[in-house]
Amino acid sequence: MSCSRMEKKIMGFVDGRLKEGERLEMEKHLSTCVACRLRVNEFRAVNVLLNELPIIEPSAAFDVRMQARVAAEPAKQNWWAWFAPSSRVAFAASMLALAMVWLGSRPADSPLSAADIDKINQNLPVLENYDVISDFAPLSELPPPAQNDDASDTNQNQQM
Amino acid sequence: MLDVKAGDEQSFTLLLHRYRTPLVNFLYRMVRNREQAEDLAQEVFLRVYRAREDYVPSAKFTTWLFRIATNLALNSVRDNRYQRMEISLDAPVTADAEDGDEKMPDVAEKHPNIEQHLIEETRRKMIRRAIEKLPEKQRAAVLLHKYQELNYGEISKILECSESALKSLLFRAYETLRVELAPLVAQQSRQ
Repeated sequence: MSCSRMEKKIMGFVDGRLKEGERLEMEKHLSTCVACRLRVNEFRAVNVLLNELPIIEPSAAFDVRMQARVAAEPAKQNWWAWFAPSSRVAFAASMLALAMVWLGSRPADSPLSAADIDKINQNLPVLENYDVISDFAPLSELPPPAQNDDASDTNQNQQM
Repeated sequence: MLDVKAGDEQSFTLLLHRYRTPLVNFLYRMVRNREQAEDLAQEVFLRVYRAREDYVPSAKFTTWLFRIATNLALNSVRDNRYQRMEISLDAPVTADAEDGDEKMPDVAEKHPNIEQHLIEETRRKMIRRAIEKLPEKQRAAVLLHKYQELNYGEISKILECSESALKSLLFRAYETLRVELAPLVAQQSRQ
């Protein structure tokens, strides 16, 4: 193992996280390389020195502040919550059900009796004729009926 | 975390109690300000709480937690840097202003000899400053590796880099620390 390959493995060697094969390879290199052996020793020393920093405890107010912030968080609403029972939804549903029952209980409208239908059937040709005549083009070319003439005729008859 | 997801508020309190100290320590070493570290730790927990319903246990909870914390810390360090540049280039915030944050509660009882206490305090200050001098990503790697004892796989997920890149990052960080702490390292090596 070359010294440059040591770089990736030296920390693992110092903190004992190397695999057995890698560790043996490293030890073999260290037995012949003074510079790397020195570096390993110094890294170990750094590792020990880092233990000297004290642990800081969070302030007494930390928990209280945290709980207050969590309590102030708005409740998360998902769309399933829309289906959650509520008095307003229950009231609206019951009103809708009542309206449907009321509409269903009304007597059904029976607009035409059998006699009326017979009468319509009898007059159906007249209606059909009316449809034909109202759209009959030659008739539209005729002059309008002379109503005034009829009226003057009537007056003359009365005078006679 | 799965209990928190299921709506168990007590489990969130347990998570808070279990992880608040490591989180505050990690963030303090990253941002170098206790008040800010606590604010960031609260932000981390709040994000965990908000995301509880969407939590998928694809990775270890600690990996997820420290990933949020690291991202917040790195953003905060960058923001602080710009803020300091805006305030004054001549009067940067020094680590001395924060030295009072790490108080040993029973220093007098532990060290009746004031000289011994001063020596230890000086050593701690040197170590703290050496860590603070590291580039933020190297600093995060050292803190997660040394103090949180996370494995390479977890740390590389947190820092979003390959394991190989992480090993290089740690090597460079320890190289810098070795140089910065040379007097202490020599002393330690002799012991």
